[in-house]
Amino acid sequence: MEHETDYKKIESAAEKRQKAVHAITYVFLTLWAVVVLFPFYWMLLTSVKSYGAYNSEYIPKFFTLSPTLQNYADAFTEVSLGKYLLNTTVFTVVTTAVMLLVITLAAFAFARLEFRGKNAAFLLFLSLMMIPNELVVITNFVTVTNLNMRNSFSGLILPSVTSVFYIYLLKENFQQIPDSLYLAAKVDGTSDLKYLLKVMIPISKPTLVTITILKIIECWNSYVWPRLITDDENYFLVSNGIQEIRENGFGRENIPAMMAAVVVISVPLIVLFLLFRKKIMEGVSRGGTKG
Amino acid sequence: MEIILRNLTKKFPSRDRKNHEDVVAVNDFNFEIPDGKLIGLLGPSGCGKSTTLYLISGLQKPTDGRIFFGKDDVTNLPPENRGIGLVFQNYALYPHLTVRQNILFPLQNLKGKDKLTKTEMWEKADGAAKLVQIDGLMDRKPRELSGGQQQRVAIARALVKMPKVLLLDEPLSNLDARLRLQTREEIRRIQQETKITTIFVTHDQEEAMSISDLIVVMKDGVVQQIGRPQEVYDNPANLFVAKFLGTPPINIFEAHIRNSRLFIGDDAVLRLPGLPDQEVYAGIRPEGFICQEGGELCCMKKGIEVMGRDISMVCTHKASLSPTVRIIVGAENNTEPNRYGEEFPVRFRLLSRKVFLFHKETEARIHMRECSL
Amino acid sequence: MKKKRLRDNNLKGWLYLLPAMLFLGVFMVYPLADVFIYSFEEGYNSASQTYFGTGLYNYSYVLHDPYFLQALKNTFILVIITVPLSTGIALFISMGLHSVKPLRELFQTIYFLPYVTNTLAVGLVFMILFKKTPYSDGLINLLITFFGGTAVDFMEGPYWAKMFVLCFYTVWVVLPFKILILTSALSSVSQEYYNAAKVDGTSKTRTFMRITLPMISPMLFYLVITGFIGAFKAYSDVVALFGTDLNAAGMNTIVGYVYDMLYGDSGGYPSYASAAAILLFAIVLTITCINLLVSRNRNLPGGTI
Repeated sequence: MEHETDYKKIESAAEKRQKAVHAITYVFLTLWAVVVLFPFYWMLLTSVKSYGAYNSEYIPKFFTLSPTLQNYADAFTEVSLGKYLLNTTVFTVVTTAVMLLVITLAAFAFARLEFRGKNAAFLLFLSLMMIPNELVVITNFVTVTNLNMRNSFSGLILPSVTSVFYIYLLKENFQQIPDSLYLAAKVDGTSDLKYLLKVMIPISKPTLVTITILKIIECWNSYVWPRLITDDENYFLVSNGIQEIRENGFGRENIPAMMAAVVVISVPLIVLFLLFRKKIMEGVSRGGTKG
Repeated sequence: MEIILRNLTKKFPSRDRKNHEDVVAVNDFNFEIPDGKLIGLLGPSGCGKSTTLYLISGLQKPTDGRIFFGKDDVTNLPPENRGIGLVFQNYALYPHLTVRQNILFPLQNLKGKDKLTKTEMWEKADGAAKLVQIDGLMDRKPRELSGGQQQRVAIARALVKMPKVLLLDEPLSNLDARLRLQTREEIRRIQQETKITTIFVTHDQEEAMSISDLIVVMKDGVVQQIGRPQEVYDNPANLFVAKFLGTPPINIFEAHIRNSRLFIGDDAVLRLPGLPDQEVYAGIRPEGFICQEGGELCCMKKGIEVMGRDISMVCTHKASLSPTVRIIVGAENNTEPNRYGEEFPVRFRLLSRKVFLFHKETEARIHMRECSL
Repeated sequence: MKKKRLRDNNLKGWLYLLPAMLFLGVFMVYPLADVFIYSFEEGYNSASQTYFGTGLYNYSYVLHDPYFLQALKNTFILVIITVPLSTGIALFISMGLHSVKPLRELFQTIYFLPYVTNTLAVGLVFMILFKKTPYSDGLINLLITFFGGTAVDFMEGPYWAKMFVLCFYTVWVVLPFKILILTSALSSVSQEYYNAAKVDGTSKTRTFMRITLPMISPMLFYLVITGFIGAFKAYSDVVALFGTDLNAAGMNTIVGYVYDMLYGDSGGYPSYASAAAILLFAIVLTITCINLLVSRNRNLPGGTI
């Protein structure tokens, strides 16, 4: 009998401890979720407050009863937000498309073709992975300036259409496709290019999609290179645009309008993320670092 | 330590979005496991045998029913307070620790009055290592060991704190065939030396039959039969048990009872006084056939297969549920080489104790009085 | 015949590689060589493309430039605070995430959001939250005064206040990646190990120290190393908070210094920029090597970074 009470004690103690730990964990997780979400909430909230209302709040209110879309209208009319968005879209689409072409061809060569000097070339590529961008930006800036490509899309796009890391990722993926498929295609008289298009690309579609999404995120958020290479507002991307808006846009104090611009800039990527959540997170954990 | 399972039931919430019915992994399991015995939990994958083991270990909690260790109700007791040792299917040896550190690991958890000095711990670890004969490998890392050695380390780690109950989850499934034979003898030896009540889970009937004191055959969460291995083999409770035990497997025929006679196809093979006319399944063990002129059952012989010591005759019969009927014949009958030739009829007399009848719908055993034609 | 086919194959292989080689050559290999040349050319003039000597003058200039020294100091403080802090918090959060089941995916999704947002844009929001203006003290200051503190001008006030905002924002930005990596590292540790530990009555702390930590240590080191590299290259989040004129704000970083030297109000000195970039590279390389050595000496389970 004594035993039994003993056990009961252990049981209930273990259960209580478990519950307490769980409760604390949830409180803590929720707290951090609030820290993460709050800036987003704040930017949405501020963007629908009217200019007058915002500036008259000495103590900022956590909600508004008279939301207005005026700030969004201002963001598109008073500064060239539309232009920035268009530029960024063009930049993102072209860069990603050209990059996909370049890396697919290179990855195919490394994964499937046999030619002299392949291993040496691959080693060279791998070693380039370790070169930080900051080291090459300086010369690239001078090169592009000398080629008279400042304030042009080609100047913006060309330096970022190759990624050694993505070539590597895709090559690994290509190599997982069994040789027998290639041999079978050869027996049927399929050319290498056709094999690449009809077999390898469809099979590697998941990886290609992941790479595409990651590259889109990278392009949409790129700031440093566009800043160096453009000073004509007509070629600004959203990051530079927002910096321009902040420093010379609505007048420094029209914060609600700025927030409206920030919302407009952030929404496309957040939508993309929510649509491809699994793919993006999986892709990032496979080797994406920010930037 | 005897273990009593009473109405043990475990349900898992369904993962299927359309079908919200719970999955019943273990259904109303009742069993009194005697002290100091080696018990084999046997069944095909997904039959609930591993879940049963996890319920006994305390890693999972039953939905219903109770578990007693001796007189103590341990149903809700966390695993560490149950005094059990558990060997995992993949051994779960900590890869960053040496063999000795792995074996010491459970001892280092002891607190309060159970706390051991370093020397005591080392002595115990050495003792456990000697018992499973790995005392020469104490400073290696798990990845430097063979599968069999890793298995022994896992057993040593489970034994080192002198558990009242030892649980093994598919202990042999990761070993190759030769090692499997060796290791199962080893488990038997260790169990007999330590006299610890041991329960192990396996899907391999031969493994369970060869070393267990008692086997429990499970299917779809329901216990089909419990008994000594030979007893279960000689006296299966239903069609499933009969089919699950034995290599080569039992031969099953479509049969019927007419006028107290058992007919397989057109051949009347056994006299069955007192059984009503009905359709049945007849199961005949491969060793239940005796090749004899004028035997009751006529099969078409396709050939002979000699596999080492075993010689089996491969036949066909139109009432057989499987395409071939496999018959073990004595070595003295081995007059022919291993070959397939033209089919010709062979007649067999049946050993009635090797013939089992099962109900057509319920597949339950129909008991018959021993009687041959 | 055979020779010809081999030659064709060789040609074909290189043809497929050509675009990548071309771009990498022009925008990576050549610049890499060039940056070293620049850094040794004294008095390079980007307008006339002339210089009047070679030597270490550029390095000595950079190392004596108070702006560079300030940037160096800022960067080191940022690195030393944010790398351990963000890794620790990420580990903490991942452990929490790993231990709960309901709502886990929701939390994971929320925590990952900062990764996909524009650093410049959200930085602006942070600035507003912390900023003290004639109209309002800003939300954070309000909270501080509510709890009995005194309001601080985080954006244009004392150095430590600005550094605090920078560190806070940096941690906020880098956490998603670390949480993601650590959560997947934690879930890759087989449940069997935890079951085994549980059967042996291992305490939570001991399970964490002796099992979890050693098993995820390769990933942890990977995060520390990439964290160091990333933090040393901090730039756009600083711009997001303090604007493009970082020297005036006293919040410049090494990368910021490089870009300022290259372009902008104080720009036009690619030689100084190159020297500073190479110094940065040397620092990052040293720290990475030290990290690798430390991790090599530890007793780590098998597995690659």
